[in-house]
Order: sequence, then structure tokens, then C-alpha cells
Amino acid sequence: MRANATVFFAFVGVLFFTPVAHVQAENVEKPQQEQAHHEDVHNGDTHDEASGEKDIKGIIKETIQHHLADSYEFHVTDGIGFPLPVILVDRGLKVFMSSAFHHGSIAEVDGNFYKEHHGKIYKTDALGTLSYDHNHHPTNDKPLDFSITKNVFVILVMAIFMFFLFRGVAKTYQTGLAPKKAGRFLEPIVIYVRDEIAIPNIGEKHYKKYMSYLLTVFFFIWFLNLVGMTPLGVNVTGNIAITFSLALMTFIITQVSGKKDYWRHIFWMPGVPVLIRPALAVIELIGLVVKPFSLMIRLYANMLAGHVVLMSIIGLIFIFESWIAAPAFLGLTVVLSLLELLVAALQAYIFTMLTALYFGSAVEEHAHH
Amino acid sequence: MEIPEIVGAGLIVIGAGIGIGRIGGSAMEAIARQPEATAKIQTAMLIAAALIEGIGFAALFAK
Repeated sequence: MRANATVFFAFVGVLFFTPVAHVQAENVEKPQQEQAHHEDVHNGDTHDEASGEKDIKGIIKETIQHHLADSYEFHVTDGIGFPLPVILVDRGLKVFMSSAFHHGSIAEVDGNFYKEHHGKIYKTDALGTLSYDHNHHPTNDKPLDFSITKNVFVILVMAIFMFFLFRGVAKTYQTGLAPKKAGRFLEPIVIYVRDEIAIPNIGEKHYKKYMSYLLTVFFFIWFLNLVGMTPLGVNVTGNIAITFSLALMTFIITQVSGKKDYWRHIFWMPGVPVLIRPALAVIELIGLVVKPFSLMIRLYANMLAGHVVLMSIIGLIFIFESWIAAPAFLGLTVVLSLLELLVAALQAYIFTMLTALYFGSAVEEHAHH
Repeated sequence: MEIPEIVGAGLIVIGAGIGIGRIGGSAMEAIARQPEATAKIQTAMLIAAALIEGIGFAALFAK
């Protein structure tokens, strides 16, 4: 009973903390905007209300984009954050901390100079000159980048956290069958993944082999989605590179575990006229790629859209600048945050569900033909 | 005259919305008829809705 109450309060706490923290983060942006305003005055620009409004919109847009993008440092809000290591492969390994990039300065390693420009690292000369092509993209060399960025850092922390959490839960089962500690919360979910996702889709015979992958994917996506709702400002599952990797793993496992029936249903579909079979093979081959592609896009787009909507509504407060609008939008954010908590679990469920469905089609054995 | 891409994206999103709405409506009718099959119907509904949703998002991002 006590464990249930703890979990409940943890959820409620996170829930109410999140919108407040979003607002605080926005408040920090406010002085900068005012400063920008002052600079405008100094420059002697004539600006009416319309341009002032544009400034706020620009800042909100920038804040949202900054939140969605990966970065070389872990930045929560002004003054809170820490640099992360940058690892470059450029005729040998070059490792330094991202604090070297502070305020657009140039990092020097063994006589090589690097500069960060719009989230990418370029090789420059000692003065940091970047040459641009006609599209305003720098033409400087880009070294191979294996940096521990914010997203990589969060993934590593999550991997360690999940390893110790589930190791700990697994150990409690050695002393007795009744779940203890975190197991009391996690056991029903694990059982649900097994009984409602794995067994109906893959089948009694083969499901055990895939349970470890399904559980890992489910908890990984779910936990990362929930971390995305905290004020830490991380957006891991809303990054297409990460959802791509997850979908790629599902794709590879599906193809590797494909049985004879699976391949025959792709290349030479039984039960249809022979003339149609080659055409069906082409469609099925396209389908092979489309399935993981849709997995990738779905998770990415859902999480990205959720973050954009929440932050945009918070941004509306600063556009309207009214005492009536602010509480209304804050309330709306709380409601949408609740919805996002549902989406966080739902997307993890759907990803796992479809993954199990694809595994099931790969190992399916047809009794009669 | 050129039709902006955003109109096409909007049309696709309308289509996706109608599709998901129909799935949800049909699932509710089915659950009302056979409440004991709720879990199975919900699973099938979520999968179908997720597949359509993917198309909607693809349209939004392809624009």
C-alpha cells in the first residue's frame, strides 16, 4: 500500500512541477528579450508594436528549437548545466570538453581549431573563419563527430538506471515469488507486455526468445518519454536518429528470425494466381522497409509534436501578456501534460506492439497450403 | 496557379482525422455490442489508428 502511495505522489509531483518549470524557463528568456529591445533602441532602429511582437515570437521560436535540438552541453536553465565531452575523429582522436565552445569561442586541440556553428562542429583556422556557400552553409571541413551529446548522455544514464533497477528487481525474486520494492510496480507491467503483447502476437512457441527485446524497448521508450516531460529539457525520443536506431534494430531482428514461410510469403505468395506473384513480391519488398520506417516516424513525430504544442501554449502567455490569459494557458498546459503522460505510455505500447506483430509474422508457421 | 504544399498537407490531415474518428466510433459501437471483447477491440483499434496517424505525420513533415 505504501509503495502505491509513493508512486502516486511521485506522478502528481512531476505533473505539477513540469508546467511551472516550463514557465520559469520562459521567464529566464524574458530579460534577454528586453535586452534585445534595448539594443534595438541603441541602434536607433525605428520599431513599432508589430516589430516588438515579432521579437517575442522569434524568441519563442528560438527557445522551442533550442529545446528540440540536441546540444553539446547539458543546459537546463541559466546557470544550471554542465559541459559534456566532445569526441572528434580527425586524423586521430580529439577529445575536449564542450565548455571550450562557450560564447562562440574556438576550441584548440593539438594545433587544430574547431568552432561550433548552429549545432555542428567545423574545422577552422586560428581565427575561426567560416566560409559560406550561396545557401549560407559553411563549406569548412566537418570532422567525424562521436561526441557525448545531451541525448547520448541521457541514454547512457537511462541505460545504467534501467540496468540497476531491473537487476535489483530480478534479485528480489530469488528469495521468494512475491514481488518486493520496485517489483511491485513493475511486475504487472512486465506481465502485461508478456500476456497482452508478446503471446497473442508472436505465439506461445516462440515468444520467450523476444521477451528481453520487447521489454527493453518498452521500458526504454516509456522512461525516456517520461524524462522528456520533466523540466530537464531533454527530447530524446523526439530525435529521429534515436527512433531510427530503434526501428533499425526491430527491422534486423525481424529479418534474421524470418522463417521459410515468411520469405515465401514475400517472394512467392501462395494462394494467388502465378502472374500476380511477382507484382506482390515488389509490394511486399517495399512493405519490408515501410514497416520500420513508419515505426520511426510515428514515435519521432508524436513526441516532437507533443513538445512543440506544450511549449507553444506556454509561449502564448508571453504573446498575450494578460492576467486572464496566463492562468488559462497554464491550466491548458496542465491538461495537455496529462494527455502527454498518456501519449508517453501509448507510444511505448504501440512501438512494442507493432514490433511484436512483425516478429510474429516472421516466425509464423502456416499449417496448411 | 500553384496550390501551396500546405493545402495538401492539410487535406491529408483532414483525411487522417476522419479515418481515426471512424475507427474510434466503430470501436465504440463494437464494444457496446460485445463488452466482453473490449480488450481485443481496443488493441486492434489502437494499431489501426497508429497506422493512419503515421501517414498524417508523414504528410506534416514532408511538407
